[in-house]
Amino acid sequence: MRLSPDEMIFWQYGFLKLNATIVFTWALMLVMAGGSKLVTRKLSSGLEHARWQNLLEIIVSGIEKQIEDVGLRNPKKYLGFLGTLFLFVAMANLCTVIPGYEPPTGSLSTTAALALCVFVAVPLFGILDQGLGGYLKSYIEPTVIMLPFNIISELSRTLALAVRLFGNMMSGVMIIGILLTITPLLFPIVMTALGLLTGMVQAYIFSILAAVYIAAATRDREPKPEPASNT
Amino acid sequence: MDNMTIIAVASIVTSGITIGFGCMGPALGEGRAVATALTSLAQQPDASATITRTLFVGLAMIESTAIYCFVVSMILIFANPFWNHAIAQVAGK
Repeated sequence: MRLSPDEMIFWQYGFLKLNATIVFTWALMLVMAGGSKLVTRKLSSGLEHARWQNLLEIIVSGIEKQIEDVGLRNPKKYLGFLGTLFLFVAMANLCTVIPGYEPPTGSLSTTAALALCVFVAVPLFGILDQGLGGYLKSYIEPTVIMLPFNIISELSRTLALAVRLFGNMMSGVMIIGILLTITPLLFPIVMTALGLLTGMVQAYIFSILAAVYIAAATRDREPKPEPASNT
Repeated sequence: MDNMTIIAVASIVTSGITIGFGCMGPALGEGRAVATALTSLAQQPDASATITRTLFVGLAMIESTAIYCFVVSMILIFANPFWNHAIAQVAGK
Protein backbone atom coordinates (compact mmCIF):
# COMPACT_ATOMS: atom_id res chain seq x y z
CA MET A 1 0.00 0.00 0.00
CA ARG A 2 1.44 3.32 -1.05
CA LEU A 3 1.89 5.74 1.82
CA SER A 4 2.71 8.86 -0.16
CA PRO A 5 3.08 10.14 -3.73
CA ASP A 6 6.85 10.20 -3.12
CA GLU A 7 6.94 6.55 -4.08
CA MET A 8 5.47 6.96 -7.57
CA ILE A 9 8.62 7.62 -9.60
CA PHE A 10 8.28 8.70 -13.21
CA TRP A 11 11.94 9.09 -14.12
CA GLN A 12 15.23 8.52 -12.40
CA TYR A 13 18.81 9.53 -13.16
CA GLY A 14 21.33 8.56 -10.47
CA PHE A 15 19.91 10.01 -7.29
CA LEU A 16 17.79 12.66 -9.06
CA LYS A 17 14.21 11.43 -8.95
CA LEU A 18 11.16 12.83 -10.65
CA ASN A 19 8.36 11.55 -8.45
CA ALA A 20 4.64 12.27 -8.41
CA THR A 21 4.96 14.91 -5.67
CA ILE A 22 7.28 17.06 -7.78
CA VAL A 23 5.25 16.59 -10.97
CA PHE A 24 1.94 17.50 -9.35
CA THR A 25 3.44 20.45 -7.46
CA TRP A 26 4.86 21.91 -10.68
CA ALA A 27 1.57 21.28 -12.50
CA LEU A 28 -0.28 23.17 -9.74
CA MET A 29 2.21 26.04 -9.88
CA LEU A 30 1.81 26.24 -13.65
CA VAL A 31 -1.98 26.27 -13.47
CA MET A 32 -2.14 28.87 -10.70
CA ALA A 33 0.53 31.22 -12.06
CA GLY A 34 -0.63 30.89 -15.68
CA GLY A 35 -4.27 31.28 -14.70
CA SER A 36 -3.72 34.46 -12.72
CA LYS A 37 -1.51 35.88 -15.48
CA LEU A 38 -4.34 35.30 -17.94
CA VAL A 39 -6.93 36.84 -15.61
CA THR A 40 -4.91 39.94 -14.76
CA ARG A 41 -4.00 40.84 -18.33
CA LYS A 42 -6.56 43.65 -18.48
CA LEU A 43 -7.33 44.87 -14.97
CA SER A 44 -10.10 47.45 -14.69
CA SER A 45 -10.66 49.58 -11.60
CA GLY A 46 -14.03 50.97 -12.67
CA LEU A 47 -17.39 49.48 -11.80
CA GLU A 48 -17.39 46.91 -14.62
CA HIS A 49 -15.17 43.92 -13.93
CA ALA A 50 -14.63 40.70 -15.73
CA ARG A 51 -15.94 37.70 -13.82
CA TRP A 52 -12.59 36.10 -13.05
CA GLN A 53 -11.17 39.39 -11.83
CA ASN A 54 -14.15 39.63 -9.49
CA LEU A 55 -13.42 36.18 -8.14
CA LEU A 56 -9.76 36.95 -7.53
CA GLU A 57 -10.67 40.24 -5.83
CA ILE A 58 -13.10 38.45 -3.52
CA ILE A 59 -10.44 35.91 -2.60
CA VAL A 60 -7.68 38.46 -2.02
CA SER A 61 -9.80 40.87 0.03
CA GLY A 62 -11.18 37.95 2.05
CA ILE A 63 -7.67 36.81 2.95
CA GLU A 64 -6.67 40.38 3.77
CA LYS A 65 -9.61 40.77 6.15
CA GLN A 66 -8.80 37.47 7.87
CA ILE A 67 -5.18 38.54 8.38
CA GLU A 68 -6.35 41.80 9.88
CA ASP A 69 -8.79 39.97 12.18
CA VAL A 70 -5.95 37.86 13.57
CA GLY A 71 -4.25 41.01 14.79
CA LEU A 72 -1.63 41.92 12.19
CA ARG A 73 -1.86 45.68 11.77
CA ASN A 74 -0.54 46.01 8.22
CA PRO A 75 -2.02 43.07 6.30
CA LYS A 76 -0.54 43.99 2.92
CA LYS A 77 2.97 43.19 4.17
CA TYR A 78 2.03 39.59 4.98
CA LEU A 79 -0.54 39.09 2.24
CA GLY A 80 1.99 37.62 -0.20
CA PHE A 81 3.30 34.94 2.13
CA LEU A 82 0.10 33.96 3.92
CA GLY A 83 -2.06 34.23 0.83
CA THR A 84 0.30 31.98 -1.10
CA LEU A 85 0.27 29.40 1.70
CA PHE A 86 -3.52 29.33 1.77
CA LEU A 87 -4.02 29.28 -2.00
CA PHE A 88 -1.41 26.60 -2.64
CA VAL A 89 -2.66 24.24 0.06
CA ALA A 90 -6.32 24.87 -0.85
CA MET A 91 -5.70 24.26 -4.55
CA ALA A 92 -3.63 21.14 -3.86
CA ASN A 93 -6.36 19.69 -1.64
CA LEU A 94 -9.25 20.77 -3.89
CA CYS A 95 -7.89 19.08 -7.00
CA THR A 96 -8.33 15.62 -5.47
CA VAL A 97 -11.61 15.45 -7.38
CA ILE A 98 -9.57 15.04 -10.57
CA PRO A 99 -9.08 11.30 -11.19
CA GLY A 100 -5.49 10.13 -11.21
CA TYR A 101 -4.33 13.09 -9.10
CA GLU A 102 -2.46 12.59 -5.83
CA PRO A 103 -2.31 15.66 -3.57
CA PRO A 104 1.31 16.72 -3.08
CA THR A 105 0.37 17.76 0.46
CA GLY A 106 -0.15 14.07 1.17
CA SER A 107 3.61 13.69 1.20
CA LEU A 108 5.64 14.60 4.28
CA SER A 109 8.23 16.31 2.07
CA THR A 110 5.83 19.00 0.89
CA THR A 111 4.31 19.69 4.30
CA ALA A 112 7.72 19.73 5.97
CA ALA A 113 8.92 22.24 3.37
CA LEU A 114 5.88 24.47 3.97
CA ALA A 115 6.34 24.25 7.75
CA LEU A 116 10.03 25.15 7.35
CA CYS A 117 8.98 28.22 5.33
CA VAL A 118 6.80 29.30 8.25
CA PHE A 119 9.62 28.50 10.70
CA VAL A 120 11.95 30.85 8.79
CA ALA A 121 9.31 33.50 8.13
CA VAL A 122 8.26 34.05 11.77
CA PRO A 123 11.69 35.28 13.01
CA LEU A 124 12.14 37.16 9.73
CA PHE A 125 8.96 39.18 10.14
CA GLY A 126 9.66 39.56 13.87
CA ILE A 127 13.12 41.03 13.22
CA LEU A 128 11.83 43.26 10.41
CA ASP A 129 9.20 44.63 12.75
CA GLN A 130 10.99 44.86 16.07
CA GLY A 131 14.70 44.80 15.33
CA LEU A 132 17.07 41.98 16.22
CA GLY A 133 17.39 42.86 19.91
CA GLY A 134 13.67 43.38 20.41
CA TYR A 135 12.81 40.06 18.81
CA LEU A 136 15.46 38.09 20.71
CA LYS A 137 14.27 39.66 23.94
CA SER A 138 10.87 38.07 23.40
CA TYR A 139 12.40 34.66 24.05
CA ILE A 140 13.17 35.64 27.64
CA GLU A 141 9.72 37.21 27.89
CA PRO A 142 8.24 36.18 31.28
CA THR A 143 11.53 35.10 32.92
CA VAL A 144 14.91 33.79 31.74
CA ILE A 145 13.97 30.29 32.87
CA MET A 146 11.42 30.15 30.04
CA LEU A 147 14.13 30.36 27.36
CA PRO A 148 14.46 26.59 26.64
CA PHE A 149 10.69 26.17 26.73
CA ASN A 150 10.17 28.98 24.23
CA ILE A 151 12.71 27.43 21.87
CA ILE A 152 11.12 23.99 22.24
CA SER A 153 7.69 25.43 21.60
CA GLU A 154 8.94 27.05 18.37
CA LEU A 155 10.28 23.73 17.11
CA SER A 156 7.26 21.70 18.17
CA ARG A 157 4.87 24.20 16.54
CA THR A 158 6.65 23.72 13.24
CA LEU A 159 6.60 19.94 13.57
CA ALA A 160 2.90 20.01 14.46
CA LEU A 161 2.12 22.13 11.38
CA ALA A 162 3.84 19.66 9.09
CA VAL A 163 2.41 16.48 10.63
CA ARG A 164 -1.12 17.90 10.93
CA LEU A 165 -1.42 18.70 7.23
CA PHE A 166 0.34 15.50 6.16
CA GLY A 167 -1.77 13.29 8.44
CA ASN A 168 -5.05 14.81 7.31
CA MET A 169 -4.34 14.47 3.60
CA MET A 170 -2.71 11.04 3.84
CA SER A 171 -5.56 9.66 5.89
CA GLY A 172 -8.11 10.95 3.39
CA VAL A 173 -6.40 9.25 0.47
CA MET A 174 -5.86 6.03 2.42
CA ILE A 175 -9.45 5.76 3.67
CA ILE A 176 -10.76 6.14 0.13
CA GLY A 177 -8.32 3.49 -1.07
CA ILE A 178 -9.36 1.04 1.65
CA LEU A 179 -13.07 1.67 1.15
CA LEU A 180 -12.72 1.06 -2.59
CA THR A 181 -11.82 -2.55 -1.82
CA ILE A 182 -14.69 -3.03 0.64
CA THR A 183 -17.81 -1.15 -0.56
CA PRO A 184 -17.03 0.21 -4.00
CA LEU A 185 -19.94 2.45 -4.91
CA LEU A 186 -21.42 4.73 -2.24
CA PHE A 187 -18.96 5.18 0.60
CA PRO A 188 -15.88 6.25 -1.42
CA ILE A 189 -17.92 9.12 -2.86
CA VAL A 190 -19.04 10.22 0.61
CA MET A 191 -15.50 9.96 1.93
CA THR A 192 -14.16 11.96 -1.03
CA ALA A 193 -16.60 14.75 -0.17
CA LEU A 194 -15.46 14.62 3.45
CA GLY A 195 -11.87 14.69 2.24
CA LEU A 196 -12.59 17.87 0.27
CA LEU A 197 -14.07 19.51 3.36
CA THR A 198 -11.16 18.58 5.60
CA GLY A 199 -8.73 19.68 2.88
CA MET A 200 -10.21 23.18 2.77
CA VAL A 201 -10.37 23.38 6.58
CA GLN A 202 -6.73 22.29 6.84
CA ALA A 203 -5.66 24.88 4.28
CA TYR A 204 -7.42 27.56 6.31
CA ILE A 205 -5.94 26.26 9.58
CA PHE A 206 -2.40 26.20 8.16
CA SER A 207 -2.49 29.81 7.05
CA ILE A 208 -4.34 31.07 10.14
CA LEU A 209 -1.82 29.38 12.43
CA ALA A 210 1.03 30.90 10.43
CA ALA A 211 -0.66 34.31 10.79
CA VAL A 212 -1.11 33.80 14.55
CA TYR A 213 2.56 32.86 14.99
CA ILE A 214 3.67 35.92 13.01
CA ALA A 215 1.29 38.11 15.04
CA ALA A 216 2.74 36.70 18.27
CA ALA A 217 6.24 37.55 17.04
CA THR A 218 5.40 41.08 15.93
CA ARG A 219 2.97 42.29 18.57
CA ASP A 220 3.63 45.42 20.61
CA ARG A 221 5.48 44.82 23.86
CA GLU A 222 4.96 48.26 25.42
CA PRO A 223 1.42 49.15 26.51
CA LYS A 224 0.08 51.92 24.29
CA PRO A 225 -0.98 55.19 26.02
CA GLU A 226 -4.74 55.55 26.20
CA PRO A 227 -6.13 57.92 23.53
CA ALA A 228 -7.54 61.09 25.12
CA SER A 229 -11.33 61.24 25.13
CA ASN A 230 -12.72 64.09 23.07
CA THR A 231 -15.93 65.01 24.86
CA MET B 1 7.80 -17.91 19.19
CA ASP B 2 10.56 -16.73 16.90
CA ASN B 3 11.60 -13.14 16.24
CA MET B 4 9.32 -12.50 13.28
CA THR B 5 6.22 -13.68 15.08
CA ILE B 6 6.94 -11.54 18.12
CA ILE B 7 7.49 -8.46 15.96
CA ALA B 8 4.33 -9.09 13.96
CA VAL B 9 2.11 -9.67 17.01
CA ALA B 10 3.52 -6.65 18.86
CA SER B 11 3.08 -4.36 15.84
CA ILE B 12 -0.49 -5.40 15.14
CA VAL B 13 -1.66 -5.23 18.75
CA THR B 14 0.10 -1.92 19.40
CA SER B 15 -1.27 -0.28 16.28
CA GLY B 16 -4.81 -1.31 17.20
CA ILE B 17 -4.46 -0.01 20.76
CA THR B 18 -2.79 3.21 19.56
CA ILE B 19 -5.61 4.16 17.23
CA GLY B 20 -8.20 3.07 19.79
CA PHE B 21 -6.88 5.21 22.64
CA GLY B 22 -5.83 7.98 20.31
CA CYS B 23 -9.37 8.63 19.16
CA MET B 24 -11.02 8.75 22.58
CA GLY B 25 -9.27 11.78 24.09
CA PRO B 26 -9.62 14.16 21.12
CA ALA B 27 -13.25 13.15 20.59
CA LEU B 28 -14.12 14.04 24.20
CA GLY B 29 -12.17 17.30 23.97
CA GLU B 30 -13.80 18.31 20.70
CA GLY B 31 -17.25 17.55 22.12
CA ARG B 32 -16.64 19.90 25.02
CA ALA B 33 -15.23 22.58 22.71
CA VAL B 34 -18.26 22.50 20.41
CA ALA B 35 -20.65 22.50 23.38
CA THR B 36 -19.03 25.64 24.82
CA ALA B 37 -19.00 27.29 21.39
CA LEU B 38 -22.72 26.60 20.97
CA THR B 39 -23.45 28.09 24.38
CA SER B 40 -21.53 31.28 23.58
CA LEU B 41 -23.17 31.48 20.14
CA ALA B 42 -26.56 31.35 21.83
CA GLN B 43 -25.52 34.12 24.19
CA GLN B 44 -23.93 36.41 21.55
CA PRO B 45 -25.11 35.71 18.00
CA ASP B 46 -23.37 38.83 16.59
CA ALA B 47 -19.95 37.45 17.37
CA SER B 48 -20.70 34.30 15.40
CA ALA B 49 -17.92 34.87 12.82
CA THR B 50 -15.21 35.17 15.48
CA ILE B 51 -16.61 32.30 17.53
CA THR B 52 -16.87 30.02 14.51
CA ARG B 53 -13.36 30.82 13.34
CA THR B 54 -11.87 30.29 16.79
CA LEU B 55 -13.85 27.07 17.13
CA PHE B 56 -12.42 25.68 13.91
CA VAL B 57 -8.87 26.62 14.83
CA GLY B 58 -9.30 24.98 18.24
CA LEU B 59 -10.81 21.86 16.70
CA ALA B 60 -7.89 21.51 14.30
CA MET B 61 -5.40 21.79 17.16
CA ILE B 62 -7.26 19.10 19.14
CA GLU B 63 -7.58 16.94 16.04
CA SER B 64 -3.84 16.96 15.46
CA THR B 65 -3.17 14.68 18.44
CA ALA B 66 -5.56 12.13 16.94
CA ILE B 67 -3.68 12.49 13.67
CA TYR B 68 -0.38 11.79 15.44
CA CYS B 69 -1.81 8.52 16.78
CA PHE B 70 -3.14 7.63 13.33
CA VAL B 71 0.24 8.25 11.70
CA VAL B 72 1.99 6.04 14.29
CA SER B 73 -0.57 3.31 13.69
CA MET B 74 -0.10 3.48 9.92
CA ILE B 75 3.69 3.37 10.31
CA LEU B 76 3.40 0.24 12.45
CA ILE B 77 1.31 -1.51 9.82
CA PHE B 78 2.76 -0.30 6.51
CA ALA B 79 6.23 1.13 7.03
CA ASN B 80 7.45 -0.86 10.03
CA PRO B 81 11.27 -0.72 10.17
CA PHE B 82 11.56 -3.70 12.55
CA TRP B 83 9.41 -5.83 10.27
CA ASN B 84 11.42 -4.79 7.21
CA HIS B 85 14.63 -5.62 9.05
CA ALA B 86 13.33 -9.06 10.06
CA ILE B 87 12.12 -9.75 6.50
CA ALA B 88 15.51 -8.70 5.10
CA GLN B 89 17.26 -11.05 7.50
CA VAL B 90 15.04 -13.99 6.53
CA ALA B 91 15.45 -13.21 2.84
CA GLY B 92 19.22 -12.94 3.18
CA LYS B 93 19.60 -16.33 4.88
